[in-house]
Amino acid sequence: MVLLKMKFPFQKRVRLAQGLWLLSWVAMFSGAITFAMGVFLKTELHRRSEVMHSMDIHIVPNLLMAVGLASVGINICAGKVCQDSLDPSRFPRWKTFLPPFFCFSVFLTSLLLVAMILSFALQPSLEESLKIGLKNGISFYKDTDTPGRCFQKETIDRLQIEFQCCGNTNYRDWFEVQWISNRYLDFTSKEVKDRVRSNVDGRYLLDGVPFSCCNPASPRPCIQYSLRDNSVHYNYEYQTEELNLYSRGCRQALVSYYMGLMNTIGPCVLFDFLLQMAILVSLRYLQTAMEGVIGQENVEIETEGYILEKGVKETLLETKEKVKRLLQLAQVGDASSTTPGTQPEEEKPATA
Amino acid sequence: MLLSCYVFPHQSARVLELHLLSSPSFLHHGDTHVMDNTDIHCVPNTLMIVGLASMGINYFASRICQDALDPGRFPRWKTFLKPYFGCSVFFTTLMLISVILSYAMKGSLETSLKIGLKNGIRFYKDTDTPGRCFQKQTIDHLQMEFQCCGNNDYKDWFEVQWISNRYLDFSSKEVKDCIKSNVDGRYLVDGVPFSCCNPSSPRPCIQYKITNNTAHYNYDHQTEELNIFIRGCREALVNYYMGLMNTIGAVVLSVFLLQSSVLASVRLLQTSMEAVAGQENVEIETEGYLLEKGVKETFMEYVDPVLKLLLLNQVTPPEAKPEAGATGTTTTTS
Repeated sequence: MVLLKMKFPFQKRVRLAQGLWLLSWVAMFSGAITFAMGVFLKTELHRRSEVMHSMDIHIVPNLLMAVGLASVGINICAGKVCQDSLDPSRFPRWKTFLPPFFCFSVFLTSLLLVAMILSFALQPSLEESLKIGLKNGISFYKDTDTPGRCFQKETIDRLQIEFQCCGNTNYRDWFEVQWISNRYLDFTSKEVKDRVRSNVDGRYLLDGVPFSCCNPASPRPCIQYSLRDNSVHYNYEYQTEELNLYSRGCRQALVSYYMGLMNTIGPCVLFDFLLQMAILVSLRYLQTAMEGVIGQENVEIETEGYILEKGVKETLLETKEKVKRLLQLAQVGDASSTTPGTQPEEEKPATA
Repeated sequence: MLLSCYVFPHQSARVLELHLLSSPSFLHHGDTHVMDNTDIHCVPNTLMIVGLASMGINYFASRICQDALDPGRFPRWKTFLKPYFGCSVFFTTLMLISVILSYAMKGSLETSLKIGLKNGIRFYKDTDTPGRCFQKQTIDHLQMEFQCCGNNDYKDWFEVQWISNRYLDFSSKEVKDCIKSNVDGRYLVDGVPFSCCNPSSPRPCIQYKITNNTAHYNYDHQTEELNIFIRGCREALVNYYMGLMNTIGAVVLSVFLLQSSVLASVRLLQTSMEAVAGQENVEIETEGYLLEKGVKETFMEYVDPVLKLLLLNQVTPPEAKPEAGATGTTTTTS
């Protein structure tokens, strides 16, 4: 039972080959663009890698880059096949190459869909990774004298300024950690001693935030310290004050940013996927139509093209048999190079 | 030479792109609020005009080249070429002038920024005054982005009241003392806005009582370097724009050289083709030259028609005609 048979007169074949050749160039550029988008996404993720705990999300840009490069190669081959298909004497040399080429291309093209699905599926993982990374960043904010952590302060400050966010979930995260280093605290002063004593761990906690949380859009100069104390500042009420600091948390800001990036890249990747599948289907039709021409004297006869010679299930079984035979040959080849007496024992695991 | 005819239109298109991308978008970065006058805008405006013009010039140059190989089609360009060369030379010299201008106007840019920033700092507190309400946000964003503080340096903030009276408690002793110590009754502090804070500092930012060493533990304001940005915003902005113009200047100079060589080549092609026109054998050897007469005479040739046009527009009475002729000759010889 042939799958999706179509008739191909000579003119239709020629037009298919020419159209496919043009389309393969378009798809080549599309593949290059996919690669470029993968590179861009990877650099953006890498820039903020200091506040990310795990690198799981990097699989999305890696897949995009790999498939982008591979599709450039696939489309160059497709273009060459099209060029040769119009010349019946040159076409037969592609005979052995094409079936594995199709399997390989279909596999790689489906990876594009996988990448798109992953970009949505990995969102919770990204969020978790950012949660832990930002928590560490805020905890180590004060450790500018500890090697390995000395850049956390600058990273967090620049992050909060650029993404207009404060803290992990919101600005109150800063109230729970000591973000002022002991080096800059006067332990002889009463205020410092009171604060340190009021705390179980002996940490200097205050209801204040770093300057990078300040919102430039606020009409009044920034209030960073004693945020919960209305009496310290004139004409200030912390419950109604909205513009003084950034209200968003950095985790939400970063997740929104990356999801926005992936939502922009998504349609382009989908377009590339559809284009590539169209090319592969058309190429398959061209190949099968040309196979009818080979050996004939009159090259302008009408031939039939199809996607699969037998049905889907039968084709799968056939390929499974072929692969099995290949594996058996490989194993038998190894056995015959040692001793012929071990041959029956070698065949037993192959049939199992 | 034919290949160059096809390459140059693409070159000029790219140049135009560069001009459009670089010039006005950077100047209108919101920094126009901190510029007092917009004289410097003549540089990107000139570049845009020249870029557009050079696209047209090179398009026609390529068409001329295409027709040059066909002696039957070449003569139709005859009347077009003289004004074409005049315009092209004018626009190409304009390119050179714009590069010179970009360096010559540095002083004007600096003065403009000085006045603009001074106003910005003065009106920082006026977030409730229409027309000035965005100064605070502009100055804050500027200081954070260019990593600078104040006009010349951070001390400019000590001389203006940048905290609005709306947020000052006039019943408190501290505020009253501060205002009384000042002739104009302004609330001056030795503090800076948060946007002056340097994220690279190892310690949390010290914004207020900057010159008071005792107010902060382990702090010496004379040796403290990383706490706030040391650079002034005027210097930062001038460096930024000069850097831009240096890059653009180099590119524009190379485009100028390219364009001049295109024009010279087209001129040589035109003059050598003129000898071929009318001949039976088109494969003869001909001479090409840049100018038929000397530079001064050629310049007079171009300027005379323009002057005659201008003089004709001034209506002359019939008896004054010989005088007009006399003045015409005197202007050409002056």
